[in-house]
Parts: sequence; structure tokens; C-alpha cells
Amino acid sequence: MCLAIPGKIISINDNDPDLIMAKVSFAGVTKDICLQWIDDPKVGEYVLAHVGFALNKIDEEDANETIKLLREMGDIN
Amino acid sequence: MKHLNEYRDSTLVKNLSNKIAEITTRNWSIMEICGGQTHSIMKYNLEELLPDKINLIHGPGCPVCVTPLEKIDKALKIASMENVIFTTFGDMMRVPGSRDDLLSVKADGADVRMVYSPLDALKVAEANPDKKVVFFAVGFETTSPANAVSVIEAKRRGLQNYSILASHVLVPPAIEALLSDQTSEIDGFLAAGHVCTVMGYNEYYPLVEKFKTPIVVSGFEPVDILQGIYLVTKQLEENRCELENQYSRVVTKDGNIIAQNMIFEVFEISDMKWRGIGEIPQSGFRIKDNYAKFDAEKIFDVGDIKVNEPENCIAGEVLQGKKKPMECAAFGKECNPEHPLGAPMVSTEGACAAYFHYK
Ligand code: SF4
Repeated sequence: MCLAIPGKIISINDNDPDLIMAKVSFAGVTKDICLQWIDDPKVGEYVLAHVGFALNKIDEEDANETIKLLREMGDIN
Repeated sequence: MKHLNEYRDSTLVKNLSNKIAEITTRNWSIMEICGGQTHSIMKYNLEELLPDKINLIHGPGCPVCVTPLEKIDKALKIASMENVIFTTFGDMMRVPGSRDDLLSVKADGADVRMVYSPLDALKVAEANPDKKVVFFAVGFETTSPANAVSVIEAKRRGLQNYSILASHVLVPPAIEALLSDQTSEIDGFLAAGHVCTVMGYNEYYPLVEKFKTPIVVSGFEPVDILQGIYLVTKQLEENRCELENQYSRVVTKDGNIIAQNMIFEVFEISDMKWRGIGEIPQSGFRIKDNYAKFDAEKIFDVGDIKVNEPENCIAGEVLQGKKKPMECAAFGKECNPEHPLGAPMVSTEGACAAYFHYK
């Protein structure tokens, strides 16, 4: 129910400023997703989507940093 | 798939599993509040990767499971009415009411349609101006802004035939209720990452403070959940209690303010009954009076509804983490995903269904 999955913004349709929509690709499956709550969305960015709405952008730097730290955690031992 | 595969990476999972084993010296019970996390834990068999000293308790965070029986019966009555198209997320289709579920009223001729998004329910309303279109708006804080937007949009587009049957529950009051229970054995929490994506995590500081219990906001992939468990365990072992954010790639302290504004445009906080648990003060959203035109409970007269939960279902104790699904005498026998007695057997995020599928 609260499933939200990451997808990549393919194109943005801002014809209606009160309901900004986008094509978002989820591993190749494209869906119409509302971007109304996203600050300054750009094509190519990743968002976390739930029931047709993007909840937030995914912070790429943060994601990469976490993975890097977790990899190092193994190396130290 | 970017942002999924790396969080399912077996090396990282193994690193974390080793780390947890390394730091654990005492018995700890950790509750994952969210059903999505319960589902991941079962699917990826994460309990196997934890030391015996760590006991995971599965919380009530499945909106499908906790939607009150009365609400389901109301939905069934409205769906069966003349001239109504009843729209719902797929997970609600098979949730048992007192007698039927939405699937069976559909088989009896009601126009019940599954939608992926509340915006799709709006499209149904626009395409069928001579019908009354109702959307079953269930969910935690994650889903409520989307449901709210459908009402705001219906108003903006001048739709006269759209309403929602709202059943929204909130996480922090549920944590408060669980921790206030003297018999609770919960030492720490994984808070629900997607709820916090919307709401942020400011609301959790007072809970950490009041109950001296660690809370770690966590994501849903195996690496997220294990990292969350690692952080909670580390706090417990070091005798600390803090609020930490494992899911910082999407969760910020203040959450998504625009989404929150959508929620509070349409909804206000109210007391709420949780199926299997009972009433929890200030733990839900109701539709504000100035949006009453869009409130299916105000529009449709369903009469008096009296309900009785099936006697042999112990969903309440399961949802509060007091019993595991296998301790229910009906588990896997009278109650199975084909013939669920209680909601936790219906939704794939319900603890009973998760155990049935993956254990
Ligand atoms: S197994 Fe079925 S009857 Fe038992 S608690 Fe779970 S839902 Fe209820």
C-alpha cells in the first residue's frame, strides 16, 4: 500500500501549472506521474513515486555516499 | 534498476548482517512499524541474517489491515448502490467486510473498478458525468496528499459527481499508543520511510524523548532495513536513545511541505478507530466541513452499520506485535490468502499474509 518506487523523469508536461505531470520510467515501464510537489524537477532526475505522485527527489549524492560507506564497512574487517 | 539493485546487493547485505552480529550482546525487540517493511523482511528472509538475540516485531503499519470493518461495510453498501462507480486501490478488493468483499459485490453486478492513482478515479468521474464516482481513500500519511489532491482537483474542475470515502491513519499516534501500553516489550523502532518522506521526522523527537526509545527512519530495501536495525541495535547497546535517519536519500527533517499543505487543505486530524486495535486519539484524518460535498459518508445514506469481527481472528494482537501470525489457531487453516478471515491475511503487507507466503 505504501509502496513507493524510484523512477527517472523522461519528460515534463507543465501545460497546466496547477498539475504538473511527467512521464517517469520505472525500469523501462513508463507511467504518468504528478510532479506538483517537487521543487524544480528536471528531466533525467530520479524521483520516488507513489500512487501516481512523486513524493520527493532522490538525492543522488546521498545515495552514492551511503553505498560507498556500506562497502567500506566490509573492507575494514 | 537504479536506486533499487544497489540496495539489494548481497555483499552489502552480508556486511551489515556481520556488523549487527558483532555488536549484539543482549536481547532486543525491534518493531518495524510499516507493513511494506514487514513484506521485505519476509520476502528477503532477513530474520535469518540476524542474531537470535534480535527479535523483530511486526507493527500495525498496513492501512489495508487497520481500516475499520464498519468502513469496509460502508464501502460495500455504497458500491452496491444504483448509479455508483466505486473506485479503489487493488489491495482493498479482497479485504473482508462482515459478509462480503468488493470483489464479490462486483461479481454481483456492482461497478467496482481498480485504479492505480486517485487521479485515475478523477478521470473515471470526468468520463461518466451521469454516474456518482466514489474513491476509497485509504492510506497513511504517504497516500493522504494524493487523495487530497483528487478532491482539490475535483473542485477546481467543477466535478459534481466525485467523492471519497476516507479512512486515513497516522503513524506517530500509533507509536505513542504502542509504547504507552505497559505490556509492550518494544525496545526500538524502525519508522516508516515513505510516511516520513511526506511528513518529515520532527514529530518523532517527542516520542524518543518521552519513552526513551530509539527510532530510526528506514527505507524498504534489504540494505535499508538491515542498516536501520544496525543503527537501532547500536543505540541500544550503547545505551543511547536518539532519532536517526537511515533513509536520507529521500527523507528530510521537514518532509515535503507542499504535499503537507495539500493534506491540511482537505483534511483535519481526528480520533480514529483502527481495526483490531480500537480507537487511538488524534490518529487519523477526516474531511474538513468545507469539503463536505466531496465526502461520501455525508453524501450516501448507508443507515446503521453494526459489525462483529470473526471470533477466532487474533489480528489485534498480531497488529500490536503481541503475537506472531503462527500463534493464531486459524492461520493457514480456516484463514488463508484465498479465504482470509482478517485483514492481515489479505494484504501482501499484512503480517499474516507475509508469513503465509514466505515462511
Ligand atoms: S491468521 Fe487469519 S484469523 Fe489469524 S490473526 Fe491472521 S488474519 Fe486473523
